[in-house]
Amino acid sequence: MVEKVGAVLVVGGGIAGMQASLDLADSGYKVYLLDKSPNIGGAMAQLDKTFPTNDCAMCIMAPKLVETGRHRNIELLTGASLEAVQGSPGNFLVTIKKTARKVDETRCTGCGMCTHFCPVEVPDEYNMGLVTRKAIYVKYPQAVPAVVSIDLEHCIGCGICEGQCEAEAIVYDQEEQMMDIEVGSIVVAPGFNLFDLARKPQYGYGVYPNVLSSLELERMLSATGPHAGMVLRPSDGELPRNMAFIQCVGSRDKQTGNTYCSSVCCMFSIKEAIIAKEHTPGLEAHIFFMDMRAYGKEFDEYYSRAEEEHGVKFTRGNRISMVEEDPVTHNLFITYVDGAELKVEEFDIVVLSVGTEAPVDTDKLRQVLGIDLNTHSFCETSIFDPLSTTKPGIYVCGAFSSPKDIPDSVAQASGAAALASSHISTERNKLVEIREFPPEKDISGEDSKIGVFICHCGINIGGVVDVPAVVEYAKTLPNVTYAEDNLYTCSQDTQSKIVETIKEHDLNRVIVASCTPRTHAPLFMNTIRDAGLNPYLFEMANIREHCSWVHSKEPEKATQKAKDLVRMAVAKAALLEPIPPIKISIGKSALIIGGGITGMTAALGIADQGFDAYLVEKKDELGGITRRIHFALTGEDVQARMNELIDKVKSNERVHVYTGAKIKDIEGFVGSFITTLEHEGEEKQIRHGVVLVATGGAELKPDEYLYGKDPRVVTQLEYEDMLANGGLKEDTKSVAMIQCVGSRNEERPYCSRICCTETIKNALKTKEMMPDANVYVFHRDMRTYGFREDYYLEAAEKGVVFVRYYPENPPKLTVNDGKLDLIAKDPFLDEEIVVNPDVVMLAVATLPNADNEELSTFLKIPLSKDKFFLEAHVKLRPVDFATEGVFLCGLAHSPKFVEECLAQASAAVSRATTILAQDELELEATKSFVVDEKCDGCAYCVDPCPYDAITLIEYMRDGTVKKTVDVDETACKGCGVCQATCPKDGIFVRGFTLGQINAMIEAALEVA
Amino acid sequence: MEEEEYEPLVIAFCCNWCSYAGADLAGVSRFQYPPNIRVIRTMCSGMVHPNLVMDALTKGADGVIICGCHIGDCHYLEGNVITEKRADAIELMLEDFGLEPERFRLEWISASEGDKFARVMNEMVEAVKALGPSPYKM
Ligand code: FES
Repeated sequence: MVEKVGAVLVVGGGIAGMQASLDLADSGYKVYLLDKSPNIGGAMAQLDKTFPTNDCAMCIMAPKLVETGRHRNIELLTGASLEAVQGSPGNFLVTIKKTARKVDETRCTGCGMCTHFCPVEVPDEYNMGLVTRKAIYVKYPQAVPAVVSIDLEHCIGCGICEGQCEAEAIVYDQEEQMMDIEVGSIVVAPGFNLFDLARKPQYGYGVYPNVLSSLELERMLSATGPHAGMVLRPSDGELPRNMAFIQCVGSRDKQTGNTYCSSVCCMFSIKEAIIAKEHTPGLEAHIFFMDMRAYGKEFDEYYSRAEEEHGVKFTRGNRISMVEEDPVTHNLFITYVDGAELKVEEFDIVVLSVGTEAPVDTDKLRQVLGIDLNTHSFCETSIFDPLSTTKPGIYVCGAFSSPKDIPDSVAQASGAAALASSHISTERNKLVEIREFPPEKDISGEDSKIGVFICHCGINIGGVVDVPAVVEYAKTLPNVTYAEDNLYTCSQDTQSKIVETIKEHDLNRVIVASCTPRTHAPLFMNTIRDAGLNPYLFEMANIREHCSWVHSKEPEKATQKAKDLVRMAVAKAALLEPIPPIKISIGKSALIIGGGITGMTAALGIADQGFDAYLVEKKDELGGITRRIHFALTGEDVQARMNELIDKVKSNERVHVYTGAKIKDIEGFVGSFITTLEHEGEEKQIRHGVVLVATGGAELKPDEYLYGKDPRVVTQLEYEDMLANGGLKEDTKSVAMIQCVGSRNEERPYCSRICCTETIKNALKTKEMMPDANVYVFHRDMRTYGFREDYYLEAAEKGVVFVRYYPENPPKLTVNDGKLDLIAKDPFLDEEIVVNPDVVMLAVATLPNADNEELSTFLKIPLSKDKFFLEAHVKLRPVDFATEGVFLCGLAHSPKFVEECLAQASAAVSRATTILAQDELELEATKSFVVDEKCDGCAYCVDPCPYDAITLIEYMRDGTVKKTVDVDETACKGCGVCQATCPKDGIFVRGFTLGQINAMIEAALEVA
Repeated sequence: MEEEEYEPLVIAFCCNWCSYAGADLAGVSRFQYPPNIRVIRTMCSGMVHPNLVMDALTKGADGVIICGCHIGDCHYLEGNVITEKRADAIELMLEDFGLEPERFRLEWISASEGDKFARVMNEMVEAVKALGPSPYKM
């Protein structure tokens, strides 16, 4: 038997690699995170905004970057490559080469002084070569590790940096280093490569100055980009008046061999068009595309808003063949079709929506890891094992297995982490250091000594607010001992500086004036813990979201307001008291709601981690909607795989199955939930530490296209059933398939994501079974993203006829003389098409489970407006709820494919494991406390408490009975309804006492 | 007297889960509103004691607004239902204190309503500008 190792190697430090590392590290495994680049962060670090919420990419990513960089269980191996892998699952020996950074990572403080003096200018890859960097450099301002490196290709060895470096961190004779590490499993997340635009010379990229790649535009849009967020024409530095986006450059393209769809570029262009319009007064943006693939959660709404609210122009059905240039003005011309017409339009800038490819080192990865690649050189996976490579013990996530967006990559990353740890779960906590903070300093009796750290956030704050003036002002405020400004207060180097400063000035309260506490407070609270302060001796002033960003045209007033906000924070901080941590024990089991393939996979995953899984299904049998799926596009036998899964679930001793069970109630909170079930005529109670919601979805029964009135009209699943069970008549000559029935309309504005591909699957199956039958597909956009596109092509090649329709002019189905008449209008040929199908298949919407609403009240978890569940964060927390200890996966989240459901199921297991792996969980300490001297036991607060956390008690004091109230801290959630009800100042919420709030009010009313 | 227009000061209590997030979204979306607002974050709108509102108004705030989650969305089940009842009481108190009803407002603003946050703040500042400074202003 191999000796197992409780460590995992993660290859690639982009968002997927970071997420996998964090999950593993939080679950008790040692992680080696390898990145070939000198700093982690990957492609997401280059993004300005993310769709469909327009979140600032760096803002949401920075906390993860910092956490990864400072996590005790994660060892960063940057500038490193994988050289050899030996061994087997549970015990791999990995050889790694670390290039010479020529900088001592332990000494460099990331001050960046050297970069000012280095005389060598090199095109800056981070900014897509639009500006230069130096030969000694750090990749981007918030980079982790915050350490420079020397680019050996360009360094001239002048020695200036060495002379400038006060930390004596430059080591010219540093050599490349080989090292061996032992790990139990490997997660590969190397990301993707961008298509080389030189391979499409017809667009003039690199020749016509005003032709940009979408990544170049992205950098221009960024505040940290070449023109501080302004889009300027490269030819003359002028603001553009209009801009064209050409989609599918290097995607869906036989000529280059990249026949697949890159999955993200449609949404990417919509986002860029919106942001570019916001940044450029009067800009017109025009997107030319074949199909608009807005298939993700709330993507279609974003697409509509771009068109209706932002005025982005969309012209469908276009594969632009070339770009022409006027050599004098450098303006560009595009010829396109609009309906049946041919048009030419002139543009100031043309943006090429560049496709993605397998990473450059894909072949080396194949050799070293011994994994198989698919025909497009991406990592080979299958729909039932979407996160496994062909080599046992080696898992994959992110864009390496197929092009995908951030939330899908993050879900896969968590999922891969769960699989990677499942076969080394016996080794959990063996190789890690438990995160220890220095002992807490006793500050009782001390005067308040407040330190104030004010962030420029690049130019996000500093470009509007006069930050140095705010610093000077802060120094004059009572109790402030120290104040300084930082370029990025959240960066890793600033964290260590804050710790040093707290010690040096003996600070006992800290304020950060920067962005929103909702995302950044935890980071800073941990930082002050590292300096021995109780984390609640911290306060934030939000001078970005609530100041610089919303008063950007009034810099003086914004500066004044920033001072006021700092003054308010200082007033509150002076009154902050340490809050003792509350720890609760964790019940080592999970409740999984929903026994479809998602829920079953999750239950097995929980069991594999060594915990008990209670799987509850309301139907009498397991399997869910997958019972009705017979074929897979890629050929797998779906029913066989599902039955295998059911057998595994039933025979696993850690999985406890309750079919035909109804949930009556769920009480409690993370660590100790109690669920009441009605099962086999009895009520049962289950105790569990976490909940996984996998409630699945349903197929719409439409009330259009004669459905229910004519037996020849069927839904997609009914049609599949006919194909599988001989329900299709042998003399079937013609089948019509209508897309988007009940989706993308007013009632259900969302795209159901799977139906286009399911239609292709059914069309191919029909052609296979009845080669002579005609198959017509009436669609709005074919959304066969990723490698599914290859099957769309195959269908077209096999003679399936695709006809586009517009929602204002849908196909019409009538019965004439017993025959079905389907009439549609082809918008390109501008003529009517009439077919007489024997069968009409409706690609109907996927509906959320009808039980979602009830469950949402049991668990206090929110629903989206489409009545799917709403996750904690659409980009970076796709399977978490804001409520701790509750997770979601599968169709409960939104419509998705089997492989995506399974990835999310594993992801939910991984997220749950980060809790279940702990014996005790430290709770949010914001709770109510009673001031016994003031409380006279009037009990006004008892009833309004939404959690029944307050009880009236009596005790003997000085010989008399004293009435007072008592708070159950595990039930209290700190809402403060009690404190606002109390007429006697007898009960408060820690960190939000009336005194503290009053101090803020008074400070606000003082005029600086 | 100087001609300068009077700049009111409005205290906005925002619950952490919806309205504060809505205010953040207004920022992320760069929706502009006048710099006269001072947001105070509370965990729930139900945490805001009526005395805090009256104190603020009688100490010289020109307006106070409480923002919480929409009814049904409160992170703490029904904190905002209680807020709504208290708001009625506050309105009665305003009269006793000789304050115009427009100086106090209650609004439900969700985490996705950055535009609403900006609009409500614009309206609130306009409204108290029209009233002139608080009679309690020193
Ligand atoms: S949490 Fe928003 S009103 Fe209660």
